[in-house]
Amino acid sequence: MEWTLNNLPRITDLTLAHLVLALPAVAAAFMLAVPIAWAANRVRPLREVVVSGTGLLYAVPSLPLFIVLPILLGTGVRDTFNVIVALTLFGLALMVRSAADALDSVDAGIRVASTAVGYSPVKRFFSVELPLAGPALLAGLRVISVSTISLVSVSAVLGVQSLGSLFTDGFERGIVPSIAAGIVLTAVLALMMDLLLVTAGRLLMPWARGGRA
Amino acid sequence: MNHLMEAVSVLLDPDAWSGPSGFGARMLEHLWYTGLALLISAALALPVGLLVGHTGRWRALAVISSGMVRALPTLGVITLAALFVGIGLTAPMIAFVVLAIPSILAGAYAGVESVNPATKDAATAQGMSGWQVLLRVEIPLGLPLIIGGLRNATLQVVATATLAAYVGAGGLGRQLFLGLRTQDYPLMLAASLAVILLAIVLDALFELSQRLLRRRMGVV
Repeated sequence: MEWTLNNLPRITDLTLAHLVLALPAVAAAFMLAVPIAWAANRVRPLREVVVSGTGLLYAVPSLPLFIVLPILLGTGVRDTFNVIVALTLFGLALMVRSAADALDSVDAGIRVASTAVGYSPVKRFFSVELPLAGPALLAGLRVISVSTISLVSVSAVLGVQSLGSLFTDGFERGIVPSIAAGIVLTAVLALMMDLLLVTAGRLLMPWARGGRA
Repeated sequence: MNHLMEAVSVLLDPDAWSGPSGFGARMLEHLWYTGLALLISAALALPVGLLVGHTGRWRALAVISSGMVRALPTLGVITLAALFVGIGLTAPMIAFVVLAIPSILAGAYAGVESVNPATKDAATAQGMSGWQVLLRVEIPLGLPLIIGGLRNATLQVVATATLAAYVGAGGLGRQLFLGLRTQDYPLMLAASLAVILLAIVLDALFELSQRLLRRRMGVV
């Protein structure tokens, strides 16, 4: 605890750096996954290919991906952008499947009915399908938020600053409290993001307040 | 792209594969770590998971604990263990087991739970004991999901095994960190590609075994 208090400014900086890597990746993965899932659901033969294809990304270990991506992106291994893209890809690996399932779970009868009352495909998507798939999409978003926040720290072994730097510093200099603080803060950050998402979900989707599985 | 060519030529060079610290030996080490970690965590998690699924007791506890472990940063677990037990294989092995248990546990109880209750009732009505229902009905029918849990655990361990070299153990991470420290990007890249290849091959083997199993069971 004393160690943590003595190093509070650095810990704050690292927490912010952690969020700068994690938040854009989670947001980008979500924003990309929904249209990809929608398109995949529309073109049925493509669905399995797209969903399994992005799922395969999940089999790729994180540290090697951080190192391989720069050849495709033309960035350095330690670039923030490189880490964000890698984390986005991992987010996509989980999110495309859950978004495809979420959008698929909207009752076909409701879809036909909304077309019958005059919704254009675009309007139908935003005012009928998206709200109905909302709770399931939120569940997927919560999963990628937790996993991304915990994945960020691996990039510390390459020298990228994040809460993971508390692990590498702590290990190299033999400071147990540094590592413990890193683990606790990562968990707290993940929990806070989760609460934030749940609260946002309640506010945006008051109709889904009933029991959830 | 030049770096990629160099990395591929490192991987195609027989000399890079031979010797006690070559790619061949490191890949075997990587596989050995993965296998051992899976064996230990399956021995711990499978019985518990099957029991939770069979009895339905402590289910909430199993769900929450596996969720919590999933939020743990792997690098944190591995470095913390290393500070306590020192450099070597023990620390990474502790981390691998901690990280592999939730997936195996979840696969085991989900597998048993996925069996149709009517089928279980029918088995009991035939005079099967609780153990017989578990061993002859629930485990065989839940096998695809149980193997799915082992598959997720394997992916997790293969990825984490790369970090073992960071705390002084072997595996393909050795080459990766050697490249990192000597600023040899092609070597880092070659090691990364080798790990990715290994992970994809293992995943594909699991996919294949799950498919064969489903086909044998007639649940295509």
